[in-house]
Amino acid sequence: MGYKHIGKSYARSDAVRKVTGDAVYINDMHLPRMLHAQCVRSPYAHAKILSVDISAAEQMSGVKAIITGDEYPNRAGLYLEDRYFMAKPGDTAKYLGEAVAAVAAETPEQAQAACDAIRVEYEELPAVFDAVEGMKPDAPLIHPDLKNYKVAPIFFPKPDTNISHHYVLRKGDFAQAAESADRVFEHKYYIPHVQHVPLEPHGCLAKYDADGKLTVWASCQSPYAVRQALSVAFDLPLNKIRVISQTVGGGFGAKAGTTLEGIVIPLAKKCKGRPVKLIYTREDEFINAYVRQGMHATIKTAMRADGKILGVHNTFVWDGGAYTEYGVNITKAGGWASAGPYDIDNVWTDSYCVYTNHPVGGPYRGFGMCEIHFAIEQNIDQIAKEMGLSEVEIRRLNGLRPGGFTGMGERLDVAGFQDCLEQVLADIEYDKPSEQISPTKIRAKGIAGGWKSPSMPTNAGSAAILRMNEDGTFFLMSSGQEIGQGAATVLPQIAAEVLSVPPDKITYISGDTDHTPYEWQTVASRTTYCAGNAAKLAAEDLADKLLDLAQIKMGAAKRDLKLEDGYIVHRIYPEKRLPMADFALGISFGDGSGYGGPAIGVGTFTLENNINTDKKTGIAKNHPAAFWTMGANGCEVEVDTQTGHIKVLKMVSCFDAGKVINPALFAAQSEGAMVQALGTALFEELKLKNGKVLNHSFVDYKIPTADDMPELVVKYVEHAEPTGPYGARGVGEPLMVPGAPAIANAVTNAIGVRFTRMPITPEDVLKALRGRKMDGKS
Amino acid sequence: MKYRVKFWVNEEPVELEVSANRTLLNVLRDELYLTGTKEGCGAGECGACTVIVDGKPVNACLVLAPELDGKHITTVEGLAKDGELSPLQQAFVKNAALQCGFCTPGFLMSGTALLQENPNPTREEIVRAISGNLCRCTGYVRIVESIEEVAAQYKGGAR
Repeated sequence: MGYKHIGKSYARSDAVRKVTGDAVYINDMHLPRMLHAQCVRSPYAHAKILSVDISAAEQMSGVKAIITGDEYPNRAGLYLEDRYFMAKPGDTAKYLGEAVAAVAAETPEQAQAACDAIRVEYEELPAVFDAVEGMKPDAPLIHPDLKNYKVAPIFFPKPDTNISHHYVLRKGDFAQAAESADRVFEHKYYIPHVQHVPLEPHGCLAKYDADGKLTVWASCQSPYAVRQALSVAFDLPLNKIRVISQTVGGGFGAKAGTTLEGIVIPLAKKCKGRPVKLIYTREDEFINAYVRQGMHATIKTAMRADGKILGVHNTFVWDGGAYTEYGVNITKAGGWASAGPYDIDNVWTDSYCVYTNHPVGGPYRGFGMCEIHFAIEQNIDQIAKEMGLSEVEIRRLNGLRPGGFTGMGERLDVAGFQDCLEQVLADIEYDKPSEQISPTKIRAKGIAGGWKSPSMPTNAGSAAILRMNEDGTFFLMSSGQEIGQGAATVLPQIAAEVLSVPPDKITYISGDTDHTPYEWQTVASRTTYCAGNAAKLAAEDLADKLLDLAQIKMGAAKRDLKLEDGYIVHRIYPEKRLPMADFALGISFGDGSGYGGPAIGVGTFTLENNINTDKKTGIAKNHPAAFWTMGANGCEVEVDTQTGHIKVLKMVSCFDAGKVINPALFAAQSEGAMVQALGTALFEELKLKNGKVLNHSFVDYKIPTADDMPELVVKYVEHAEPTGPYGARGVGEPLMVPGAPAIANAVTNAIGVRFTRMPITPEDVLKALRGRKMDGKS
Repeated sequence: MKYRVKFWVNEEPVELEVSANRTLLNVLRDELYLTGTKEGCGAGECGACTVIVDGKPVNACLVLAPELDGKHITTVEGLAKDGELSPLQQAFVKNAALQCGFCTPGFLMSGTALLQENPNPTREEIVRAISGNLCRCTGYVRIVESIEEVAAQYKGGAR
């Protein structure tokens, strides 16, 4: 089908603002009479707060307000209400860095000086620094009150333990599969904590007016979710909280929940009329924003001699950190997808979310998928090697096809995995051995597949409003946030296709809970799909209204009229046409009367028949997932056997996007995802010692630089998503999923050593090579 | 202690009293409200605050304000001339060489400084010139290509 605006690489609508410095990020806001906030943070990973003495700090110059945990009446949390935004006196601080007091003062320096003068007495408590240890019955309890926490009904905390969710999937019978198998394997993996590292640190500015209106400016992905959390935490009605999110300098999930906003609000309440600002430092960003949870994975696999996977039994233990309000859902998502993009009859999975005294785990691009696929995709290569089979053939044999079934037993009519796999194999020339250029620099190739679905509430909603201006331009309003992924370009393209106008006639407005309509969250790779559907429906609603008016004015049947290039045109007599703009304010008649009013379109989208899985077995009753996005990566690496250094020479990606709305933006996101995955595979790990983050700067925590950039090849296939706008499905997160295991597989193919833990550092490589040589001698 | 400094920002003269402990970044953002220059770490590690001082790219967070006397500074706000984007800005727009945009001003300044000094850089020279700038969104390839594209324009005599 020929589209005018879908599938076209329009320039980003926010590009000019961003290359000129005109885009306003949270820290660029300077409001009159603005105060600055700083926090006092716990120096212990687990400690009872005996007392907080603010008396000296109160007397210091410039200090306007001081708060402690006593200001927080209620716990809040997205899926599990397990946290106050500040640890309360008498209660415990649960990670090293948790806020225990905060100050607002005229300058940041004054606020910091006052923080330094606050005396907090602690009683240090035994702590949990490993999720597996934390599951044991004698482990110190981090949340003794867990049984009383409010929780969404699809999560199952275990009272009087540190387990905040135990996800169970029982498809078929793994024991029987193992019984009938020719070989059974068990492999273990560990994925450490990493940090999202958006270049813009978190920030928030809040102002509380005398009439009780609270305005919050935050760099956040989900203004409506922030509004809801603040409402619950502070007993404020939703119409009294206005959350505004302007330009977001990178999210990757880190800015999906509510973090420092909860610290600023009580300060603003105490300083009525004066805005209070808190901007995280880079150190804060590493410690006090979300981190990606660590995870222990064990995969048992029952194999038939020909490579058919008869069954898997996965055990995932997630290090959720001090609070798991969000982590419980990552645990669930990991369980949902635990079969990988493979059609397996017997899938048993136990996925545990465990409280530890580590920084708070939260959503990170992939939402558990990068972690589980590091295990799943290496497991396949390991099994292939041990059975003397081809890793490609195992993937071809078991990979999902249309009409296949997911691990949850959901039938998929659309499944592009096999096409993506073949594309990647071709682009990396997997059947052709790497050309060796040096005896000490060994080159080899690797592949991995991956998939992801949104793990969102089954009824998560999106809304869009499309306002037409008198001159035929438009405002598209939604709260699907532009966080770099391209929402402000792609959503207008969708509306433009419906209206048949150039996308630059449509200005995108988002991120203001008083003005832009409801959006559950900008997460889950759902924006193009959910907000996109809402935008399409809003445009169709507006188009319908314009045609209603046009049939009166043009004396033609509605069915004979269409929108075309800014005009309403008669299908049979195309010379009969009027500019769409003529209908923006309705129509008027000879006697001066008018009809039809200003043109405005409304679209709301909630996916229908999206039904929760069976509580006991985790089996799908219908479609629990809105869609599954699948694809694969291939790569070629060079391992220096003298230095241990791994250089990724080339990465290739192919995903089934359903329909690519903007190919340039799709490619750009694919490239970024591959390099982000490369970082986790080779460099990134939040080093934790007794709960303390040791590497909280860019010097000690390396992310990829331009120097690490491999040759990048991006492809896509398009098997339309039946419920997606123009067939589109979400891609932003899935694109990152296969990168790390593809690199790990390539490294193994180069030097014959398997690394079951990432990152794979030069030190690891050298140690392994030395071990291998010693093995050879003995 | 305060110092009186006179310098030029985007070709406009500025005279200020500055404290010894303030940085160029503080001066640009908090006193001149030129907020296009971003703070990503405050420690000279991310390059988001890169500006051009007397022709050289520097991290504004590492320059103390009293050192500014007599210097000529270009920030991202000074790249477009008479309402027209610079060739590198245009290339970034055209090539989707930015996503969240927070690191973008820093890359533009590093890239602009490189092209001023060396209008015909190799890919390796480009990579070296931007290796002090961190980006988490793009994977760098479109940024490198944009700089190459502008260099090719210079080569072709477009400017």
